[in-house]
Amino acid sequence: MEYLDLIFQETYKILFLLVPVLVSVAMIVWLDRRVWAFVQKRQGPNVVGPFGLLQSLADALKYIFKEIIIPASSNKIIFILAPIITMTLALIAWAVIPFGVNQVLADINVGILYIFAVSSLGVYGIIMGGWASNSKYPFLGSIRSAAQMVSYEVSIGIIIINVLLCVGSLNLSDIVLAQKDMWFVIPLFPMFVIFFISALAETNRPPFDLPEAEAELVAGYQTEYSGMMYAMFWLGEYANILLMCALGSILFLGGWLSPIELYPFNLIPGALWLIFKILFLFILFALVKAIVPRYRYDQLMRLGWKIFLPLSLTYVVLTASYLFYFNLLPTI
Amino acid sequence: MIAHAIFFYVFSIIAVVSAIMVTVSKNTVHSVFFLILDFISISCLFIMIGAEFLGMIMLIVYVGAVAVLFLFVVMMLNVTQQKNQWFISKENSNHIPIGLLISVIIFFELIIVIGGWKYKPDLFDQGNLLIVNDVSNTHSLGMVLYTDYIHIFQISGMILLIAMIGAIVLTFRQREGVKKQSYLKQISRERAEGVEVVEVASNRGVKIDD
Repeated sequence: MEYLDLIFQETYKILFLLVPVLVSVAMIVWLDRRVWAFVQKRQGPNVVGPFGLLQSLADALKYIFKEIIIPASSNKIIFILAPIITMTLALIAWAVIPFGVNQVLADINVGILYIFAVSSLGVYGIIMGGWASNSKYPFLGSIRSAAQMVSYEVSIGIIIINVLLCVGSLNLSDIVLAQKDMWFVIPLFPMFVIFFISALAETNRPPFDLPEAEAELVAGYQTEYSGMMYAMFWLGEYANILLMCALGSILFLGGWLSPIELYPFNLIPGALWLIFKILFLFILFALVKAIVPRYRYDQLMRLGWKIFLPLSLTYVVLTASYLFYFNLLPTI
Repeated sequence: MIAHAIFFYVFSIIAVVSAIMVTVSKNTVHSVFFLILDFISISCLFIMIGAEFLGMIMLIVYVGAVAVLFLFVVMMLNVTQQKNQWFISKENSNHIPIGLLISVIIFFELIIVIGGWKYKPDLFDQGNLLIVNDVSNTHSLGMVLYTDYIHIFQISGMILLIAMIGAIVLTFRQREGVKKQSYLKQISRERAEGVEVVEVASNRGVKIDD
């Protein structure tokens, strides 16, 4: 009976987190398209519902009612597993994101490592999808994407080390609370910029959307997918983007903390601040998509390995030396 | 406690079954996927005994990096076509005796280590291992790794670095006639050097590539 109670409570909590995430993924797709359109002086989706807000819902309905086509020569089990894995991984990472003091599903000691591990697993959805389709474009797309995600994970890992040096804990709530006096975006600004660009590459967003570069690879690893399975890839991708925005706001923008501890600002609940920050980062993501042309593949690799990796490593040394010299290293 | 036991048995059964499937499955890519499943369930077991740092590092390093390279190699070499003919082939494979020998050695090593650790605790000197319960796993690992064992830790890092450099040196070869793109040249190109006005003799044409 106790167990049942516990399971019921946890399920309730999980649903309370998962449903808003899924709804916001749908909304964020709409926002993405609107921002993209406004930069290019178009209207964007504005027909379905007020301001076109229900466009994503209509799209989702369309995907649900479309036929799922599984290519005859594909590896069927893996072909079906790939979008499921992408979506599951994008959603389970949200378990450790703190929305306020104690407002977190799982307050584990190694929260940041958990997110890092889950996002490094995300590459499997894409590799499996590309390989199981048994066709040239998806395979090329998935190989590209795997190389890209693995390379940019390295620099993201080292950027995270920078933050961890200042915090002294792997717990995400501790990371946020360590920024009470000053957000890490101020001392670690170069790292924030590199993190932002690496997050773009990690989530396969333009200008690094080479895995699905429509001019070269049709749609990359998604070429053979249709109906709901395509929609799941697409939901997983946007959930991942939101997750990266959340991670960026937790690591650098002070998570749920309000920018100024003054009267009208500290009335707003922390979760709302986190959502504002996520939205801010997401609008930056959308603007970059509209403004910047796509990178060439070798340029992408060069940027990851020859520029970001040495830069972030140097910054680790700098941060560590600074903290050590001024005796600012965090104690346990 | 019951829930703990249930989860332990679920994860260990998955680990053992997928380890068997790695060797048995006929498609090489499938065996890599089973290997990944094995890694994941083992990291779950690590987390269950409270070694959450080790479990996460296992996920990041083995699943996120090493297994991706395995998959790369297996997919690129297209080994999928050569089906694993372990069961079908009539004549005995040469690899089986060696494999059996190695697995028997590993089995006995495991028995010695685990059996000794279980039944004769004084066989292993644990005196210098300080177990502190009030700090997190990560902190205690760091305290041991960067103080008492710093030299071993650094040496293992050096070995990995040397192995990496060695692999690059072994596979790197200078090829003739490869056109390379220099970013500086591409960016710093001016109109004056990019465009050239040529007087073309009638009915002769010009040679562009030389």
